[in-house]
Amino acid sequence: MPIILDHINYIYGGGTPLEVKALDDICLQIPDGQFIGIIGHTGSGKSTLVQHFNGLLKATSGHIYFHGEDIYDRDFSMKKLRSKVGLVFQYPEHQLFEIDVLSDVCFGPKNLGYDKKAAELKAFEALRKVGLPMDLYYQSPFDLSGGQKRRVAIAGVLAMEPEVLILDEPTAGLDPKGRDEILHQIKELQKETGMTILLVSHSMEDVAEYVDRIIVMSGGRILYDDAPKNVFSRYRELEEIGLAAPQVTYILHELKDRGFDVDISATTIEEAAETVVKAVYGNRGGR
Amino acid sequence: MLRDITIGQYYQTESLIHRMDPRVKLGGTLLYILSLFFFGNFWAYGIAVLFLAAVIRLSHVPFRYMVRGMKSILFLLLITVVFNIFLIPGTELVSFWKLTITQEGLKTAVTMAIRLTLLIIGSSVMTLTTTPNNLTDGMEKMLKPLKVFHVPVHEVAMIMSIALRFIPILMEETDKIMKAQIARGADFESGSLIKRAKALVPLLVPLFISAFRRANDLAMAMEARCYRGGDGRTKMKPLVYQRRDRLGYVCIFAYMAVSIAVGRLL
Repeated sequence: MPIILDHINYIYGGGTPLEVKALDDICLQIPDGQFIGIIGHTGSGKSTLVQHFNGLLKATSGHIYFHGEDIYDRDFSMKKLRSKVGLVFQYPEHQLFEIDVLSDVCFGPKNLGYDKKAAELKAFEALRKVGLPMDLYYQSPFDLSGGQKRRVAIAGVLAMEPEVLILDEPTAGLDPKGRDEILHQIKELQKETGMTILLVSHSMEDVAEYVDRIIVMSGGRILYDDAPKNVFSRYRELEEIGLAAPQVTYILHELKDRGFDVDISATTIEEAAETVVKAVYGNRGGR
Repeated sequence: MLRDITIGQYYQTESLIHRMDPRVKLGGTLLYILSLFFFGNFWAYGIAVLFLAAVIRLSHVPFRYMVRGMKSILFLLLITVVFNIFLIPGTELVSFWKLTITQEGLKTAVTMAIRLTLLIIGSSVMTLTTTPNNLTDGMEKMLKPLKVFHVPVHEVAMIMSIALRFIPILMEETDKIMKAQIARGADFESGSLIKRAKALVPLLVPLFISAFRRANDLAMAMEARCYRGGDGRTKMKPLVYQRRDRLGYVCIFAYMAVSIAVGRLL
């Protein structure tokens, strides 16, 4: 159980008229190796929440435990925490600054105290994991395409070899193809390394296919925290807070209402196709 | 960390001062600052304080919020006071070690402190109650006569409003990039001066790139909407003096007259 959040509250701009309660009594447990989706509308507090995991924001009240240690303890090393909990921000390509891709990815490991050679090894490994073509390693990061830049930025965090990887809207501003590629790569990464991954998104469609668990945030609170199919079965409540279940959920519910015997808990297109085929042809013994 | 700077910020609320024409506020602030340097005695400062207190009351901006912004200039204030107290020659009051405090020095220091404080609070009342756009609008209209001498008044006003508009955006951006690099293990706070200056590279490079990108986007957006400079450009909300604005001028001139009279006569 690497991360536990215990009654976390966070208030923006305390003491000013712009005071906002961004997080309201959040309690969470993040077990090892889980792939978690954090979903919420703009302003629901999801970005604020993930910045607590590596201590970038300090909770107004409450405690966070990392491997049983309180991260707000005076002798707790934030630098160590940040090397274990990697956070990839929204539009991470805006943080690139080095003259070539490899040096930029080396920035993280070098900050952790690795020498040039070790840092470069880690950078190579990270760039391989995000699937960037080898011939781009020595190009300027500013010459790459949007999707490639994002991969480099994600590699920049991966190179620090974190135990927990948090990605804040990793697909924002990408075209559907780029989006699928990045998400697929992240899933592969999780399978390969078994690391804990938190994926922040406002789109159910994005996460439905990949995650084991979904946390739905609304107004700074956790609304649901459950397996995808259980969360999606509440699609009417989700609509009320401006979210929607994946399209397959709607189609399956509609089919069910019209008398087809489909399994409404299917969350991905493949599963849905399977249950629809079964409902239509299954009883007649296949095609 | 950067959110604490309130100087020059706009405070959104509803008040008579907020609704006033920016020209009145600009002119009023200028006259008020000028008046601070005319005064001959402490009575006049009393009147200046009273006048400012009344305006702050009318502006519905909490005084606490205003003072918070003062924190950043406290250091400047302190230096001014210390230098004045110890370095002005005159009749000796106290003396220890190599330092002497003179009567004249003490007097100048106190006046300076009052002047600076009033000056900063006075001008922050203006920025707190006027949106940057409104402010530059007012400035543009006030300076229009200078066009006769080929001063590019509109362009300067446009540059100013864009610059002001970008301050919060770039501050937010700085905050974001800083956090992103801290998440990658960057350290902005410890080490020698040279090490710290070097640590700024991962912050400044992305910041400059993003500033240029935003400038490019903005230029494109302005051109797409056929912006060609000030000639023949009309305003959606032209500035027209209302009754309250005339009243505002009367108040500020009355204040000037009273305070100068008190300063000279008493």
